[in-house]
Amino acid sequence: MAQFLEMPRLSDTMQEGRVVKWSKKEGDKIAPGDVLAEVETDKATMDFESFDEGVLLKILIGDGGTAPVGGPVAIIGKAGEDISALLAQADGKKAAPATKKEERKQTPAPAAVPTEAAPPKAAAPVQTIPARPSASPPPTRPAPAAAARPAAAPSNGGGAPGVFASPLARRIAHARGIDIGQVAGSGPQGRVVRRDVESWQGPPAAGRAGAPAAPATPRMPAVAGGEDAEQPLSMMRKTIARRMAEAKREIPHFYLTSEIDMDAAVDFRKQVLEALGIKVSYNDLVIKACALALRKVPLAGASWAEDRVILHGGVHIGVAVAIEDGLITPVIHDADAKSLGAIAREIAELAGRARERKLKPEEYTGATFTVSNLGMFGVHHFQAIVNPPEVCILAVGALVKQPVVKDDAIVIGHRMSVTLSCDHRVVDGAVGAQFLQEVVRILEHPMTLAM
Amino acid sequence: MADGAFDLVVVGGGPAGYVAAIRAAQLGMHVACVERERVGGICLNWGCIPTKALLRTAEVFTLVSHAAEFGVLCDNPRVDFGKVIARSRAIADKLSSGIEFLFKKHKIQLIPGVAQLAGRGRIEVRAEKGGPAKVVEAAKIILATGARARGLPGIEPDGKHILTYREAMVLKDKPRSLIVLGAGAIGTEFTSFYHAMGTEVTLLEALPSVLPIEDEEISKALERSLKKRGVNVRTGVKVTAAKVGKNGVTVTANGEDLQADKLLLSVGVRANTEGFGLEGLGVRVTERGFIQIDADYKTTSPGIYAIGDCAGGALLAHKAMQEGIVCVETIAGKRSHRVDYNSIPSCTYCSPEVASVGLTEKAAREKGHDVIVGRFPFSALGKALAIGETEGFVKAVVDKKRGEILGMHMIGPHVTDLISEPGLAITAEFTAHEIMATTHAHPTLTEAVQEAVANALGEAIHI
Repeated sequence: MAQFLEMPRLSDTMQEGRVVKWSKKEGDKIAPGDVLAEVETDKATMDFESFDEGVLLKILIGDGGTAPVGGPVAIIGKAGEDISALLAQADGKKAAPATKKEERKQTPAPAAVPTEAAPPKAAAPVQTIPARPSASPPPTRPAPAAAARPAAAPSNGGGAPGVFASPLARRIAHARGIDIGQVAGSGPQGRVVRRDVESWQGPPAAGRAGAPAAPATPRMPAVAGGEDAEQPLSMMRKTIARRMAEAKREIPHFYLTSEIDMDAAVDFRKQVLEALGIKVSYNDLVIKACALALRKVPLAGASWAEDRVILHGGVHIGVAVAIEDGLITPVIHDADAKSLGAIAREIAELAGRARERKLKPEEYTGATFTVSNLGMFGVHHFQAIVNPPEVCILAVGALVKQPVVKDDAIVIGHRMSVTLSCDHRVVDGAVGAQFLQEVVRILEHPMTLAM
Repeated sequence: MADGAFDLVVVGGGPAGYVAAIRAAQLGMHVACVERERVGGICLNWGCIPTKALLRTAEVFTLVSHAAEFGVLCDNPRVDFGKVIARSRAIADKLSSGIEFLFKKHKIQLIPGVAQLAGRGRIEVRAEKGGPAKVVEAAKIILATGARARGLPGIEPDGKHILTYREAMVLKDKPRSLIVLGAGAIGTEFTSFYHAMGTEVTLLEALPSVLPIEDEEISKALERSLKKRGVNVRTGVKVTAAKVGKNGVTVTANGEDLQADKLLLSVGVRANTEGFGLEGLGVRVTERGFIQIDADYKTTSPGIYAIGDCAGGALLAHKAMQEGIVCVETIAGKRSHRVDYNSIPSCTYCSPEVASVGLTEKAAREKGHDVIVGRFPFSALGKALAIGETEGFVKAVVDKKRGEILGMHMIGPHVTDLISEPGLAITAEFTAHEIMATTHAHPTLTEAVQEAVANALGEAIHI
């Protein structure tokens, strides 16, 4: 009996996926565990494996196409089977299953999970602090807009067959990388017209993207001969755009900047290399320092959950890594308990796979605090956007040599500026300052890091 | 007390009003329409239709005069001017009767007279010369009172020598000479008609070009064509005075005196907003003299709507009709679409005809579009050669990136009919590529539309 293969949910925050490339073609035999296609989620490119046995009868979403989670992407069955009924069903079904699943997922709001982002790894018990006397459940997001559309009418435009849309709307959607099947139509009989695509904000809800920057030089879009060019939005770009706009709009940010005397840290790093043969970066030192400071000031690693504040049992530090057309924050879980050497190795390994977009969902979710470093670009000082549901992010500037006064003499000193962005709903100025003071203290007395 | 109570009373039976009344009746409303003259309004009685009848005469006469080119010999064709006017009136009369019939069919009560808003939901209707009022109650009121010709300071029409379109279409004899003041649609149409009839016509326009709202290239082409035909066209002219004397009218233009039998004032229209009691019910009028409305055609007074010329915007019958339908559907809560104000075609039935829809090239560039332009001359089109109408061209304004049809501008044979294709394309959001993918019958004039688009894309076959 032929059946649909549906877009799998490959990450907690995934709403839709883009088929990068099919590894099987129509007519191929499929065994359970076979890799069918590469699928790009909002975070990574992952293998889409088959759970079923049979023959790939029809590919519904071709290379580069997008489908919501639970939406049909192909039909599998026995060779020669009649699939006309399934094909007819495919259009109507396209968006609907995702909606249902979304509702199912959202209705029984899990007690301690903040927003839709993945819950931090709960190695240690989680404690909640009620923020308001009458705790209401976390707000649920509206279901994706694509569901309520009258039966699709045939169209002669390119792409997305079966979607009732004007040719101009299709062209604009194509140019902007929007899956027109997701856009609700406001034209006659629900036809998707230009204004619908132009005002399309992306599917409601989705995962966290991260904060500015980190190693790896971001690739600049190539623009030829001074002419304007339009770049379609990747899944990641859409997610970053929405999440960061939301964060900057919603979160009452404030910023605290301190300058750290890094002379001792510079020596310490040299000693670690010479004595132990371990190469650690200044960023590794900062990560470990933050992890230790978070143990002292746990509120800086808390989560805002609308009706309460969640204090996490573990310290999980996200590190912003720039990758092609975006960034991602691989997470060092339980960073407070790991040695510097372990952190250095883990970061190097995660950052490498992040750039290849091969991170597994658990490797980029669950952070309780983020470090973003633009020092390698010569940036002295900047302010990062808090990455909700986290409440703090540390922006690290370049380590610079500068004249300093020591024992009434001007000497060369190493200085580094760090700026903490805080969500004032959770972290007040004094708390943020206390955390920052602790980070400075640790980095100025780096032996603490070896403890 | 009241002489009738209605769900809807429409004030004015022109294109906006009669269409609104019929649509309302279709939707099950009990409807009355107040009209002080004949239903059909200016369009049907004194505008669009009777002038098209006159222009057809001009066309026939011009064609017959050139019959020898087609191998047809008819010597000495002449014009019976009285019959020309009579034919035009007969057509207007027939259409007006047709609407009266439609009103009966839809059980719409036609109340002759002038309406006066007498209170909320209350209208008094009197005969134009006064007399007892008929009082009707209305749950909703739609104002569709239209517009009338405007004069210039110091130059007011007298109906004998200084004319408006109204007198100009029912003259007893054709004037030997005519000065037309204002080269908009009305001015250029009467210019074409009277020029074809043999009148010596001078066309004056204050702005730098004839049909100033059209695309520059089209305006230029029309001006050249009119001049070539022998019309004395002067643009950028300031008229300061018009004096009626023994030998007709003397018009002072840029300090120079011009003499003609008659002067036609076609400098625009003003909305009919006075004398209906609008102020009393708080119906506000804009600075430009039109009734103020919102996107749902609501005036500033609850329960009162306004559509068509009296509410401003493009002063076109087809725009007024669309508003009539959409306004009534909105009132009934059954709106199927909104008026797409970006795709309202503009047609001028002068000779050669001019038609356009969407943005001019200049407007498209000003809006920041990356524009590509294509043109196709009728002289390169088989059908145009066959029918002996090779003057003019089609110009397509296309967005380079999206292929969106931004505007189409045409001058030439039957372009007022050809304009519907790009109008549909813009409304339905078809792009240049759908026009290219549509097989256009051969040989037809519509091929010019496709070829102009092809030219914009750099793919024209026949040029």
